[in-house]
Amino acid sequence: MNTEVNLAGIKMKNPVTVASGTFGYGREFSEYIDLNKLGGIITKGTSLKPRPGNKPPRVCETTAGMLNAIGLQNPGVEYFMENDLPWLRKFDTKVIVNACGSSIEEYVELAKVLNTLDIDGVELNLSCPNVKAGCMAFGTSYEGVKEVTSQVRKVLDKPLIVKLTPNVTDITLPAKGAEDAGADGVSLINTLLGMSIDIEKQRPVLANNMGGLSGPAVKPVAVRMVYQVSKAVNIPILGLGGIVNGKDVVEFMLAGATAISIGTGNFIEPEVSIKAIGEVEDYMKRHNITDINEIVGKVQMN
Amino acid sequence: MQVHAKCKLVKKEKLKEDIYKFSVESKEIAENAKMGQFLEIRVSDRIEPLLRRPISIHNINGDIVEFIFQVKGKGTEILAKKNEGEEIDILGPLGKGTFEIEEGKNIAIIGGGIGIFPLYELAKNAKGKCNVNMYLGFRNKDFVVLEKEFKEVSVKFVLTTDDGSYAEKGFAINFLKQDIEAKRIDKIYACGPLPMLKAVQSLAKENNVPCQISLEERMGCGIGVCLGCAVKINAGEETEYKHVCKDGPVFDANMVEI
Repeated sequence: MNTEVNLAGIKMKNPVTVASGTFGYGREFSEYIDLNKLGGIITKGTSLKPRPGNKPPRVCETTAGMLNAIGLQNPGVEYFMENDLPWLRKFDTKVIVNACGSSIEEYVELAKVLNTLDIDGVELNLSCPNVKAGCMAFGTSYEGVKEVTSQVRKVLDKPLIVKLTPNVTDITLPAKGAEDAGADGVSLINTLLGMSIDIEKQRPVLANNMGGLSGPAVKPVAVRMVYQVSKAVNIPILGLGGIVNGKDVVEFMLAGATAISIGTGNFIEPEVSIKAIGEVEDYMKRHNITDINEIVGKVQMN
Repeated sequence: MQVHAKCKLVKKEKLKEDIYKFSVESKEIAENAKMGQFLEIRVSDRIEPLLRRPISIHNINGDIVEFIFQVKGKGTEILAKKNEGEEIDILGPLGKGTFEIEEGKNIAIIGGGIGIFPLYELAKNAKGKCNVNMYLGFRNKDFVVLEKEFKEVSVKFVLTTDDGSYAEKGFAINFLKQDIEAKRIDKIYACGPLPMLKAVQSLAKENNVPCQISLEERMGCGIGVCLGCAVKINAGEETEYKHVCKDGPVFDANMVEI
């Protein structure tokens, strides 16, 4: 039985990765799971310089989901390369760095640094809804995505995956922007912009007022968008949005994802990613599937 | 060390109309728990409610871990319906910032309302090693809980109600203030509502008394990856945040801006 997949030139032992911002740089989860079993780890969104993040409250629970407005708090790429990367590289799993910036120049400077590191790929974050500048500001149009991606492409030789925002009318446009700029793959979806109000205080719960919705609540939106993008571009898709078990993994792959990320699910069950791999194998056995790649995009529309 | 365990609920006690004390069995959590740490509890195996509930450890007794919670929303409502014998899904013990005691000191432990629960394990361990001065504040007589238990682990014990409907009238901090000004206290430990913690923080600072406070904030993961439960650190011009779940829940009062 083959579970190996090739995501944008990154060969992974299975299609299960963990999503940026839900797994730190892996250390905390190493107390609960064997990181060697994961297809890959997408790191916390990392910028050129450290970022302090937003004021609290930064998170709140919603129906079958949660809102966050962390604000890309991270220690910066220098800290990452000195402290976390050497530790992460001890494990037999792919390391993909989620890269974020406030300007094209910053994305390019960061990509230059990342190009020199011992990492397997870069996930270009053009989709964080919780920062004032950059990120989602670039990610909502064909031109914006194409512009940043092509500038980064010029300085980055490693596999480049562009992470897309669902906060658009037509997700295929930014996806095509990434493809036309030479990206090796796209990942979707980042969080859906949402808001929750404390009715006693008559104020939003989050200090940032709005935040990104994640968790099982967003899954149908994500599956739909993965399907639409898979029909519009010829580069592989890393699918994510509300995955909490192996059935969800299969659903995303049928919709067209070559690999998937588990995000918010990690907060509920630290072992969810490892369990999901086993459940995907069980599905393959039940359906006499010898190669996991057979199911990618195999949904038959009504 | 932290574990993810299914722990048997061996004893369920209703302390008040909406306050429950659960005793669960976990050798690993009990052996590893430090004063001030908390648990992340999954109240059901469904995706709604989604997140775990952070609840502080009240007491460790052999292999038994006790925690007390108030029914406040849908998560704690479900938790309160668990029966003895059922298993509860717990991550813990969590938190790196914990209460620290030094032998021979005169210590003040001040708690307010449901914030008193994590202070019990501290007081119990400090008893016999330190001179424990306890100051507990409640809104009125209906909110008073665990008076006998806390009294047993204290040398001096002060209980206040805001309206004077039971014991001393006023805020617990006013009684603590008298003892601090009389130079009878070497270190303060606090947990409770934010206005109380702010008052304790400034009292400790003005009198130059070391102080540890236990904080809470809305949490996502509880293990330091989502960076949701941010608390601002005194870092001069710079803006810097630490996290209640990972760096706390107990902090040096001078370190944080609350």
